[in-house]
Amino acid sequence: MSEEIKNEIKLPTGSQLVLSSSPHIKDSDSVRRIMYKVLLALLPACAAGIYFFGWRAALVMVLTMVFCVGVEALWCWLAKKPVCGTISDGSAAVTGLLLALNLPPNIPIWVCLIGAFLAIWLGKQVFGGIGNNPFNPALVARVGLLIALPALMTWWSPARGMSPTSEDAELWYSPSTIRAAKSVDTVTHATPLDAVSCATPLGVVSTTKKIMGKSIEAQENFAAVASNEQMVRYFLGCKAGCIGETSVLALLIGGVILVLCKLINWRVPVVFVGTVAVFTGIVNYFCPGVTPPPLFHILTGGLMLGAIFMATDMVTSPITSTGCIVFAFGCGIITSVIRIWGNYPEGVSFSILFMNALVPLIDRFCTVRPFGYVAKRG
Amino acid sequence: MSKSSRNVMSFGGGIHPSVDGKSLSSGSAVRKAPLLDRYTVVISESVGKPPKPVVKAGDEVKKYQLIAAADGFVSANLHAPTSGRVVGIVDVPGAMGTSVPAIQIESDGKDEPCEPMPALEWRSAPVADLLKRITDGGIVGMGGAAFPTHVKLSPPPEKEVDTLILNGAECEPYLTADHRLMLEQPEAVLEGAAISARILGVKNIFLGVEVNKLDAIEALNKRAGDFGVTVVGLKVQYPQGSEKQLIKAITGREVPTGGLPMDAHCVVQNVGTAAAIADAVLRGIPLVERITTITGEVVKNPGNWLLKLGTPVIKAIEFAGGVTEEPGKLIMGGPMMGFAQRSFDVTICKNSSGVLLLPVSRSIAYDSTGCIRCGRCVQVCPMNLLPCLLGNVIESERFDLAAQNHVMDCIECGSCAYVCPAHRPLVQHMRRAKAEIRKRKK
Repeated sequence: MSEEIKNEIKLPTGSQLVLSSSPHIKDSDSVRRIMYKVLLALLPACAAGIYFFGWRAALVMVLTMVFCVGVEALWCWLAKKPVCGTISDGSAAVTGLLLALNLPPNIPIWVCLIGAFLAIWLGKQVFGGIGNNPFNPALVARVGLLIALPALMTWWSPARGMSPTSEDAELWYSPSTIRAAKSVDTVTHATPLDAVSCATPLGVVSTTKKIMGKSIEAQENFAAVASNEQMVRYFLGCKAGCIGETSVLALLIGGVILVLCKLINWRVPVVFVGTVAVFTGIVNYFCPGVTPPPLFHILTGGLMLGAIFMATDMVTSPITSTGCIVFAFGCGIITSVIRIWGNYPEGVSFSILFMNALVPLIDRFCTVRPFGYVAKRG
Repeated sequence: MSKSSRNVMSFGGGIHPSVDGKSLSSGSAVRKAPLLDRYTVVISESVGKPPKPVVKAGDEVKKYQLIAAADGFVSANLHAPTSGRVVGIVDVPGAMGTSVPAIQIESDGKDEPCEPMPALEWRSAPVADLLKRITDGGIVGMGGAAFPTHVKLSPPPEKEVDTLILNGAECEPYLTADHRLMLEQPEAVLEGAAISARILGVKNIFLGVEVNKLDAIEALNKRAGDFGVTVVGLKVQYPQGSEKQLIKAITGREVPTGGLPMDAHCVVQNVGTAAAIADAVLRGIPLVERITTITGEVVKNPGNWLLKLGTPVIKAIEFAGGVTEEPGKLIMGGPMMGFAQRSFDVTICKNSSGVLLLPVSRSIAYDSTGCIRCGRCVQVCPMNLLPCLLGNVIESERFDLAAQNHVMDCIECGSCAYVCPAHRPLVQHMRRAKAEIRKRKK
């Protein structure tokens, strides 16, 4: 019987057998799959961005991704690396989408192109490509653009559902807005709405503090932007800001997907947001004129986007769980300090980049005790 | 069931391989392999000094007859698996990839045993006699490294061994040889455990079994009390069957770095070894055959066979009905720690727990890309090492840094390489660094 079977199917000769080191089975996850899952988790936020800011936002997202992949291809070609290899892993597309989500909805397209160069070239490839970049590439580009083109990067268009006729119009429309409304942007006027600019909730808080100091009026302003009705609107996404930071709900859905797919350490967003909540909560409790209550801080600005999608970037966050907690705690403190006392209304990007720089140090100290090593006493 | 799964014990880290493969072979009883014309018994199969052949070409041998005698203390006897004529000493491919010497025996078809060693009454026989029988029987660890068992059972008194642990975890996917053994011959396992415990002079005897083998736990529990053995249900988690992790799971003790189980006052033995001890002591039979799992999706009738030492793997696959499609990889052992082979001429040794054939579609030599620092390897490493960082320093040949970062504590379980999304050959890196560091120490 055995002879028959042997004749049916020929066993391969030695040279045809695959020789490799153990283990011989592998988890099905690969870098490419991870990147595609991240893109999937970003979809709710993208959808929210398009809903609240229109198709213009979709154009920014698509083009920024295309630009990032293009810059990656260009770099690989110039550096004589295999071009297809590093594009197909999807990391450039993820960087592109994250960058787009960190841009105002009607940003001129040429800014997206510069951003793509900053992200892929300066943020990633000069360090040796995927895995070697110390800083989150999308944030490198965002902060680079913010410093180089502050006006364009803080020119916010109103989200769907916000109207100048509503009762909080005075608060929503900062004086600079009026000026902007008069000049119609030639590149970006897809709808009449695009021609108008408004302030983000955090921007209002920042301007209020600069103009009114710690006065009673400031407190009233805070109460107005942090009213319960406004909180619900912030949560759903009806607020001015970057494309991706608009809907906290959509970001949370993405976060749940990431945690369920085991792509991020849940400790990072939880500790990051928790630290901001506790820190701003303490300050708000003792000096309510200095900053609005913690829930306002959680629901506005880039905190959720940063905590769920940017601070959790595998490459630029610590590798141990304890390290991740330290990292996220640091992010939370720096974000709060910048938001409360800094010159910028928002501090999430800066805090993450700053903590990115500390990651090697955190990794050095937050190690686990290897098996069989007894902790030294005394 | 509820009782054992509620009290399961485990260690930190580890993985749950997505491929289990045990159901391929766990359902069918162990079958006795038909007699072959020729056996090629590898001489230097165990850790320690290879035994010296005591037969030459042309000699007639009987089954169970000594064919190579232990050379020194850390060395094990080798016996003829069947009766016949010695063809000579030939070189055959070994499971570790190098060519090794082997004694080739041409069977006379009678399978005639020589005068057996007298059976011993293990409860009353002097401990020295029991130990000598294990030495004479050529018993080695059948779970992995094939370390001579009599050495393991003679720890220096200052180590104060107080616990014997029988390893029935069998955490490797696909392998079911230990499972079938515990299910079909629970008494032999328990007897071997009791004999070992008597030699060691210990009272605490634990038998750890992963709770995916509840039928085996049940079978063992029927008689465990008579032999003073406590059967412990272990969480299904790879590498539960690794010595250090098993000791941690059962006793809570950690083997200190660079140490042996006896430094944690434990001796760990595979259940197959225990059954072999029982055979040698109670029935006078030396170790010449073992249960081996012949399995894989491409094998026609996967199952467990009682194979004589020296059975060529190609014959073992034929016992299992051959293959249904062309295999891409031949592995001696399990898929996590086994060794890929380049030839079907490799033979069954005392520590061959499994022969695994993987289909071509799953025999992938992965291209590795750069580390993306996802930290999964850190989460799963049962030794709490940082495999990704070790991989980086080893890639840049900084072996001093690798040693500082505890590469020598790596148990090569492969959990890190299993989860790595960048497909980095981390185990290969660790092995390379360990070999390099050992070489430099000399």
